[in-house]
Amino acid sequence: MQSLIHARGLVKRFGDFTAVDGIDLDVAPGEAFGFLGPNGAGKSSTMRMIGCVSMPSSGELRIFGMDPVRDGVRIRGRLGVCPQLDNLDPDLTVRENLTTYARYFGLSRAEARLRADELLDFAQLRDRAASQVEPLSGGMKRRLTIARAMVGDPALVLLDEPTTGLDPQARHLLWERLFQLRRRGVTLVLTTHYMDEAEQLCDRLVVMDGGRIVAEGSPRSLIAAHCTPEVVELRFAEEGDHAGKLAGVGRAEALPDRVLLYVDDGDDAVAEVHRRGLAPSGVLVRRSTLEDVFLQLTGRTLVE
Amino acid sequence: MVSAMVAARLSPVRVGAVMGRNVGALRSGPAYWLVVVSGFFEPVLYLLSIGVGVGALVGRLEVGGGRVVDYAAFVAPAMLAVSAMSGALAETTFNFFFKMKYAKTFEAILATPVRPVEIAVGELAWALVRSAVYTGAFLVVMVAMGLTGGWWALAAFPAAMLVALAFGGVGMALSTLMRGWQDFDLLGTGQFALFLFSGTFSPVSDYPAVMEAVVVATPLFHAVELVRGLAIGQVGWGLVGHAGYLVVMAVAGLAFAARRIQRTLCA
Ligand SMILES: Nc1ncnc2c1ncn2[C@@H]1O[C@H](COP(=O)(O)OP(=O)(O)OP(=O)(O)O)[C@@H](O)[C@H]1O
Ligand SMILES: [Mg+2]
Repeated sequence: MQSLIHARGLVKRFGDFTAVDGIDLDVAPGEAFGFLGPNGAGKSSTMRMIGCVSMPSSGELRIFGMDPVRDGVRIRGRLGVCPQLDNLDPDLTVRENLTTYARYFGLSRAEARLRADELLDFAQLRDRAASQVEPLSGGMKRRLTIARAMVGDPALVLLDEPTTGLDPQARHLLWERLFQLRRRGVTLVLTTHYMDEAEQLCDRLVVMDGGRIVAEGSPRSLIAAHCTPEVVELRFAEEGDHAGKLAGVGRAEALPDRVLLYVDDGDDAVAEVHRRGLAPSGVLVRRSTLEDVFLQLTGRTLVE
Repeated sequence: MVSAMVAARLSPVRVGAVMGRNVGALRSGPAYWLVVVSGFFEPVLYLLSIGVGVGALVGRLEVGGGRVVDYAAFVAPAMLAVSAMSGALAETTFNFFFKMKYAKTFEAILATPVRPVEIAVGELAWALVRSAVYTGAFLVVMVAMGLTGGWWALAAFPAAMLVALAFGGVGMALSTLMRGWQDFDLLGTGQFALFLFSGTFSPVSDYPAVMEAVVVATPLFHAVELVRGLAIGQVGWGLVGHAGYLVVMAVAGLAFAARRIQRTLCA
């Protein structure tokens, strides 16, 4: 099947700074695809190129099989975009934000009204329809921004950190909405800093770092490829070189407040820890998560 | 022709949608209306205080070709050109800048099929609407005061619209270059200088030669000459030159603004 998004050697430069440094991508219709990566990795820059707002500096990019440089108008007509920062129109009401946006996609006034009604329900904002945007809570604004992205009945929806800053209720509501979209066959491409979100929502994801793709796969296969199945977190009351005494048990990583042991079987490892005479004050055995993979791939220190 | 190619691909629906957004914003509150209404009264107050008030001292004025008109009839068309200018500038400077820089309105629009040039054209068309309201109302005042009449009043209206397009286009271009609100003080000062010295209150031939040469190069002079020529029925080939000057301003301003929107927001 033809890729909805196809990129080869995609590069974005700002002056002599390279934000996206030659990435290859293929996203199939109906897929939910995620970008992970630390701040400044180049996720938003990539999203803006896919959204046909920012033009690639070099490399090949095809969206729906079309060229963003020549067919930007037609491509954008089939896209829905939720930017990283809300840019709702402060001079318009909640409903007008939707109807006005629908007009940019060429819908008639009557169609725009119908569409706005549907989307107000979708975003659970019907009772705020006549309100200005400013007094809405952050979560409501985010919901409205996502609803606005749906106005043109898009085949591909781009969501740049859709749930950043939302409380758990709002996040779960959004996830549920995104599942609805997927069931309707809409292709989703999203970026997120929440690993649980990526695991929940994405069939496949890439981890970006420094403008490059450093890993790619399904959440499960990434964990399998880059991490052990289980992680043991050990906390110690007294200071000391605890990690040094764990040689052979598994890969040990000493953090300021605890030691992480990457192992195949957590319970076996805990037994071994005790056998070696270590007395941790706290022990937690858990499954590896995408977060472990992420930190392993992109490092624990903050690099700006 | 590049401009013909651009025009061929402009979508009236999308340009209309950009204008429609501003119609929606009109309903957002009384603050906007207050600004709009005060914009109408300003040139009327000048007309009354200077055109009529000072006019009582000045009496009548020779406008060339042996024609003599009341001073108020000389000043009124200039005020008409000024109101066309300031109506268009108000939209394409303050409001445009706010939408571009702070409200991220254009950024949101550019994620849709709308293109930068369609934003520029839609915004300019909207500025034209605001200007049309000012100039239309001002023309009614002029007719009521007997300062212009019949067909000439009708001819002055499209001329005033051309003035609005010219200043709207250039104002928009300048707005894309503005760094912050402090730059608007500069713009305001420039606008006021044009207002005082563009042959608005006295014929430029009365200025010292050097000053006349400078004034003749500036835009409001051409706007005033064109509008005045039509409003008082003093028509000649010179008007074509003035109109040409304004057309160039409108087209160049628009093209520059569209390009800058693309440069800054589609990086
Ligand atoms: N318009 C621009 N001009 C100059 N540099 C830019 C521009 N946009 C992005 N950058 C730079 O490109 C790099 C990648 O930015 P980008 O926004 O794509 O990162 P990101 O992965 O989305 O990060 P975050 O998680 O913080 O949103 C950053 O170093 C940023 O400073
Ligand atoms: Mg980002």
